[in-house]
Amino acid sequence: MAEVTYLEALRAGLWEEMERDERVFILGEDVGRYGGAFKVTEGFFDRFGETRVIDTPIAEAAIVGAAAGAAHMGLRPVAEMQFIDFISCAYDMLTNYVATARYRAGLATPVVVRGPCGGYVRGGPFHSQNVEAAFFHTPGLKIVYPATARDAKGLIKSAIRDDDPVLYLEHKWLYRRIKEDLPETEVLTPIGEARLAREGRDLSIVTYGATVWKALEAAEQLASADGLSVEVLDLRTLVPMDDAAIMRTVRKTNKVLIVHEDTRTGGVAGEIAARINEQAFEWLDGPIMRVTAHDVPLPYAPTLEDFVLPQTDDIVKAGRWLARY
Amino acid sequence: MTPRTAAAAPLSAASPAVPPIPADLSRDDLLELYRYLRLTRTLEERLVALYRQSKVIGGLFRSLGQEGESVASAYALERGRHGDLLSPLIRNLGSMLVMGARPVEILRQYMAKADSPSHGRELNVHFGDLELGYLGQISHLGDMIPVMAGIALSFKLRREPRVALVYIGDGGMSTGTCHEGLNFAAVQRVPLVVIGEYNYWAYSTPPERQFAPQRLADRVQGYGIPAVTVDGNDVLVVYEATKRAVERARAGEGVHFVEVVTYRRKGHAEHDDQHYVPAEELERWARDNDPIDRYAAQLVKQGWAQPRQLADLDAAAKAEIDAATDACVNEPLPEPASALPGVYVDPPAAPRHWYRSL
Repeated sequence: MAEVTYLEALRAGLWEEMERDERVFILGEDVGRYGGAFKVTEGFFDRFGETRVIDTPIAEAAIVGAAAGAAHMGLRPVAEMQFIDFISCAYDMLTNYVATARYRAGLATPVVVRGPCGGYVRGGPFHSQNVEAAFFHTPGLKIVYPATARDAKGLIKSAIRDDDPVLYLEHKWLYRRIKEDLPETEVLTPIGEARLAREGRDLSIVTYGATVWKALEAAEQLASADGLSVEVLDLRTLVPMDDAAIMRTVRKTNKVLIVHEDTRTGGVAGEIAARINEQAFEWLDGPIMRVTAHDVPLPYAPTLEDFVLPQTDDIVKAGRWLARY
Repeated sequence: MTPRTAAAAPLSAASPAVPPIPADLSRDDLLELYRYLRLTRTLEERLVALYRQSKVIGGLFRSLGQEGESVASAYALERGRHGDLLSPLIRNLGSMLVMGARPVEILRQYMAKADSPSHGRELNVHFGDLELGYLGQISHLGDMIPVMAGIALSFKLRREPRVALVYIGDGGMSTGTCHEGLNFAAVQRVPLVVIGEYNYWAYSTPPERQFAPQRLADRVQGYGIPAVTVDGNDVLVVYEATKRAVERARAGEGVHFVEVVTYRRKGHAEHDDQHYVPAEELERWARDNDPIDRYAAQLVKQGWAQPRQLADLDAAAKAEIDAATDACVNEPLPEPASALPGVYVDPPAAPRHWYRSL
């Protein structure tokens, strides 16, 4: 066992897959000698060389498109977006080309596109985004979003081994904040399986990414201040979504609060609420409620960013309200 | 542009003949250029101090070594209401000051103050003033090329004798939007001047990992855009080349590209220690090719200015930045709920979430 950060766990997962499978290669901006803007690929250039750790021009459409072409030919590219905010430059490639390739042409496109997401870091509107909703709607892309170091490692390995394109969303606020003991043995997190992060009886919080940790803090506060038993479900994978795990917790606690850091309108929470409505309506003892970012671009000033994003205190208040409903 | 003095007066009766000033510049213009160069550097040095005191909230981006091309290119534009319009990148602070951005605005932006031009919503130099003639960038490189092509298109459609100018770096020129924008502008023959900044580093990536030809100018000629490459650290050379491009664009000759060869002497941002840059290369550019040092030496050597005048401008720049810092450093951050208005005209504000009223 060794204690590693979320970022180190991701790096270890990538490294192990590069060692295990020579078809795996990395491409992105400043990923080579520099080791990536957040140092995720530090040391890879020296170990694997410039043919497997490729510094690219600033050209996200070309990065993703080239990854797709290489993947058709049997390679396993892992494309880094320096910040996930720049994946919008590859939106056409991902949604029109990559996502449709298997369905329309029977083409295997086992690419992984990964990059740092999320706020709480004073990054302003273009270095803080969450982009899952923009791709969640497109059939053909899988989306994973680890919250723990274990899943940071386990999901990157599963994503690389998956035969379909996977967006691997990693949260930069968790990179060095989360530490965990990981076993020396293989860590693989299955794509499509949620994780029960905390067991409870009175209320379920369904969430993913950085807000898993805020939900756990809130659950702790609700336990000590209100005597409430709060269950926290970490989705880990957004597409395909683990409906069974969601319905299990709904049937257990009968009250659901959905929490995500992304903005509200058109966000993933709306889809989760619709599925609960369709599959477990009669088990509900209260309305399905959401805690999300406000519907504005993410501002820079700490006072503004803190106001816009969901905070632990918001989850506590919303959870308390829902528990009393 | 400031009113021009009628003729360059000799320094003294005994001095030898003073060489003519290049382009159409007066002695006052030369000193004003120097003032903007010094103001840019002094302001950035102050920002470094504030960054180290954790008063700058996010990252800090320097233009050390590139101030010359930013200031000189912007100086070739017609400034003031209904004048020309530029869009800067992260290392074009000097161009914004030339167009009329005030140091206190830059300081407030970096410190996310309530009264900053973006009211704490955007960071660093990401703001604009269309009246004064500059449009703020976003982080996605290349996006401002088509936008500025559209601004230039509006000048053309309205038959206004105005010119748009946009900056793009050796890294930013790898983006698709840059190339779509260049081609669009060339086909439409809009009055657009593009300053291509070859500064050797895009974050940690050198030019040979961005593009195959030697020069940025080589790349745009394929779009039918006339292009020149100049010494980006020679202030007057950049001014002259930009001025020529601006005049041709204004005369209906379409898009022009000026490649300025310069050097990024600091890391991508203040956190970046530049370990990937050879130390001797940095030292060489700092010692032999600093644009402000070169310009000051040229002014004195040619007899266009006296050292005393430059020292006075240095002191004035420091005093201006001191006053600007004092004016804003203790100002408040924005009120939290001021995050909600302004996404649309109507509705005027995004709703506050339900649990915030519990």
